[in-house]
Amino acid sequence: MIPAPFDYEVAESVEHAVELLGGREDAKLLAGGHSLLPVLRLRFARPALLVDIGRIEALSYVRDAGDRIAIGALTRHHDVVGAALLQEHCPLVPYAAGLIGDPQVRHRGTIGGSLAHGDPAGDLPAVLLALDGEVDVVGPEGTRTIAAAELFRGPFETALGPQEVMTEVRVPKLTGDHGWSYLKFRRRSMDWATVGVVAVVKGNGSIEEAAVGLVSMGATPLRARATEQALLAGESDPAALADDGTDPPSDTNGSAEYRRHLVRVLVRRALEEARPG
Amino acid sequence: MMVAPIELEIGEAIGAPVERKEDHKLLVGQAQWVDNMRVPGMAYMAVVRSPYAHARITRVDVAPALAHADVVAAYSAADLQEEWAGSLPCAWLPTEDTKAPPHLPLAADKARYVGDGVAVVVASSRAAAEDAAELVEVEYEPLPAIVDPEAALAEGAPLVHDELGTNRCYTWRLDAGEVDALFDEAEVIVRGRFRQNRLIPTAIEPRAVLVQPLPANGEFTMWSTTQVPHIARVTLSGVLGIPEAKLRVIAPDVGGGFGSKLNVYAEEALALGLARRLGRAIKWTEGRSEGYLATIHGRDQWQEIELAANADGKISAVRARVVAAMGAYLQLVTPGIPLLGAWLYAGAYDVQGYSFECTGVFTHTTPTDAYRGAGRPEATYAIERAVDALAAKLGKDPVEVRRLNFIREFPNAIAAGLTIDSGDYDAGLDLALGTAGYKELRTEQAERRAKGDPKRLGIGLSTYVEMCGLAPSKILGAIRYSAGGWDTATIRCLPTGTVQVLTGVSPHGQGHETTWSQIAADLLGYDVDEIEVLHGDTAVVPLGMDTYGSRSLAVGGVALYFAAERIVAKARLIAAHKLGVEPSQVDYVRGRFTGPEDSIALKDIALAAWTAHDLPDGVEPGLEASFVYDPPNFSWPSGAHLAVVEVDTETGNVEVLRYIAVDDVGTVVNPLIVDGQIHGGIAQGIAQALFEEAVYDDDGNLLTGNMVSYLVPSAPDLPSYELDRTETPSPTNPLGVKGVGETGAIASPAAVINAVCDALAADGVTDIQMPATPERVWRALEEAKR
Repeated sequence: MIPAPFDYEVAESVEHAVELLGGREDAKLLAGGHSLLPVLRLRFARPALLVDIGRIEALSYVRDAGDRIAIGALTRHHDVVGAALLQEHCPLVPYAAGLIGDPQVRHRGTIGGSLAHGDPAGDLPAVLLALDGEVDVVGPEGTRTIAAAELFRGPFETALGPQEVMTEVRVPKLTGDHGWSYLKFRRRSMDWATVGVVAVVKGNGSIEEAAVGLVSMGATPLRARATEQALLAGESDPAALADDGTDPPSDTNGSAEYRRHLVRVLVRRALEEARPG
Repeated sequence: MMVAPIELEIGEAIGAPVERKEDHKLLVGQAQWVDNMRVPGMAYMAVVRSPYAHARITRVDVAPALAHADVVAAYSAADLQEEWAGSLPCAWLPTEDTKAPPHLPLAADKARYVGDGVAVVVASSRAAAEDAAELVEVEYEPLPAIVDPEAALAEGAPLVHDELGTNRCYTWRLDAGEVDALFDEAEVIVRGRFRQNRLIPTAIEPRAVLVQPLPANGEFTMWSTTQVPHIARVTLSGVLGIPEAKLRVIAPDVGGGFGSKLNVYAEEALALGLARRLGRAIKWTEGRSEGYLATIHGRDQWQEIELAANADGKISAVRARVVAAMGAYLQLVTPGIPLLGAWLYAGAYDVQGYSFECTGVFTHTTPTDAYRGAGRPEATYAIERAVDALAAKLGKDPVEVRRLNFIREFPNAIAAGLTIDSGDYDAGLDLALGTAGYKELRTEQAERRAKGDPKRLGIGLSTYVEMCGLAPSKILGAIRYSAGGWDTATIRCLPTGTVQVLTGVSPHGQGHETTWSQIAADLLGYDVDEIEVLHGDTAVVPLGMDTYGSRSLAVGGVALYFAAERIVAKARLIAAHKLGVEPSQVDYVRGRFTGPEDSIALKDIALAAWTAHDLPDGVEPGLEASFVYDPPNFSWPSGAHLAVVEVDTETGNVEVLRYIAVDDVGTVVNPLIVDGQIHGGIAQGIAQALFEEAVYDDDGNLLTGNMVSYLVPSAPDLPSYELDRTETPSPTNPLGVKGVGETGAIASPAAVINAVCDALAADGVTDIQMPATPERVWRALEEAKR
């Protein structure tokens, strides 16, 4: 398949990208292209203009930002996987990034692209949500910060405005009292998750904090709030509540009913794996 | 002059693990793919396809496409009507009353599946052609569709072809022995009903075609991604009304087919018709998603099988009934595909009664046709699943029931009516069980169960026999297949010490160039590198029947052997003349003729035959020989496959932990290539068992229309295979070869599903439909709990 015709501009800087986005209706940002190009080739999307930000090298980094790790939005998944700072302080992120697609995808796809695409079946959106991370976006009015809980609005829909560019992703440093797990259930190694479960649990003996993020269980990445509360309250089978408040899709990889069952199994296993100490 | 052949010894090049000669050009990007080819004046074609599975076409307006600046031409079906001298070919109508509705390259009145072509656009670039195809205005009146072949047989089902008054294409029967009496006497009867999931072949290279006309001479050259350049020439000359001698078909490097390119397609006819009408070269390349609609699918059958047995588990009779989807039209061999398994529903087992019936049914789906194994994986699956069901019913080990029933006398005239050439089924099973450590596996299985491990272990067997070679021609005629089962080889010993081998079988990834070189080098005493194998061009090799059904080596390779005999026979006359002795005094061993006193190399004879300065009287100059070989029988590979799986009873996930395959494919010419064929076949069989399924919704929309949703597995999803083999040469040909292209795909679905059901037997699960997706496994367990 060949995409429908489009114009193409290379952004030299974030400001330039913002300016280019403002110049045309129906302009789209192109970074690694691993979400956008397939839909262009199938002609599911027909943007008038592609603004290529893939060459803005200043947006590719992993830095220590005090109690957080800051990741440039154009950092490739492959570089996230190999980032020593993340391996030390938040190994959940490189672990999940290492399960995205296949090596070719991970060498092109970017963390900002994955988050801005807002795919409820994506790995990193649920990870960011469970970590209570945040992102910086730059638009005509300057920079603003969006918390993960505010970022995802609907399927393939985020809080970013049409002229905004994501520049940085920040995740908290985990401590020795943290345990984590990411279980990605999929038919083939390269597939999106049929269901994915992120668990981040803090505690030393008793559980002080618990976050459970869900992939492919609704229109956006979700938190399994009922499970989290049951866990903090010390209830006996918090995983049984994992599908509360979800609205899973039915497709050729599994019906909604099966996904509801699966998420309960996976949350139980993820919590066992994440239990600190 | 005709000379008597002399029998040749097989030496060391046959059986050697020679690295593939084909690989270097593939690895360095110098292969010649149709899509990379450019010729002067070339324009690009795009096909406008129906988004409806069943719709009346009420209006087609190509004018908006013609208004596109880069468009050369655009046509509706009506505009092109006069290009066609006949329908697209179907070469196998199994019964006299088989219904073969017209099938023109574009649909005029009705669209009958999503992807049915309704108009065509030609532009100066591929991108422009695809853009302009969207501009063609087609008005459809959607109609109800039917996608399940059993439902399509029901009274009142929407008709795919109104004029037929039914969706039934044919019913074909084979009855042998007193089947009903044997069932009446049976102490045990087991029944199975199985679904053969619809599969999409997914060759790595999508289809492409390029036609260059020479209008002044009325000649056409067509490069096509085809398995069957010769069959394409014969049939397309009829579709287009082009004299066969004016049409040259070339299959350059072709990136896989698995049967999907064993066909003659609308796009080939369209490219020829447009090249003729416009007087310029036309090219078309299929998109991957387009191919999932427009290239044939495989399988899509419902099967019912019954075994009659005594209380020990000795099977006396088999009764099988198949309902097979044809799709919307008959492609090249659509109706015959399920019949390629018609003789195999008793598998490797000795039975007295045999009954098989198949009904082909039209549905509003992409046509089905040959996909790796074609009929034989289906038959193998049914009998191997049923034998396991029999063992379960009797509380016996599946190994024991198999051993009780194996055919052990060869050649064996089986109840179904054909004769199995050779085999040793116990030997293969022994090797497989030994490699697997069968007893230890059963112990581990019991231990896991005892400790309540939610991850169960399952062990599954498939002791298969299959038939390939598709010959002799007179049998093909008797089952109403339109072509012959022969093939050709020509050997041309060039004067300067190298050899051209021409073969009528047309490879598309199998490594014929290496294998044929080994055979010729071995028999004629050359180095493998001194042999060049030419193929896939009707101007270079005018006669051939091409590559499908694991036939290339068993037919074309044997033709090469006999051509070599003719070379040696002629060369011996010249050698004797040179040595000054009688031909009967000259011995031949691998490239050298030895007389009582002196000897001379075949290479020197090649030069002498070319200069022709001193040939014996009556001997023609040149050293070249051809042979057309029509085998006396099918060839019958067999083997024992064993899968070890782990089934997660909480998620339903199945993982293949180990896969052991012991195959008997007769003489092995190149073990590397044979192993590669088996690897690929097993991968596709595991794919059928666990991953792949073309799913249509009730309106006939393909829900798995791309490689995101149609799950072709890749290396991380599959185990490393443990291969071994036994070798019982086929007695029907001098090389002893049988065929290997499909064995893996034939044996493995049954082994995997037997293993999955074995894992869950104690949980009360008796069957899981393919592919055994996590959800299907979970549902089967839930069902068993009730």
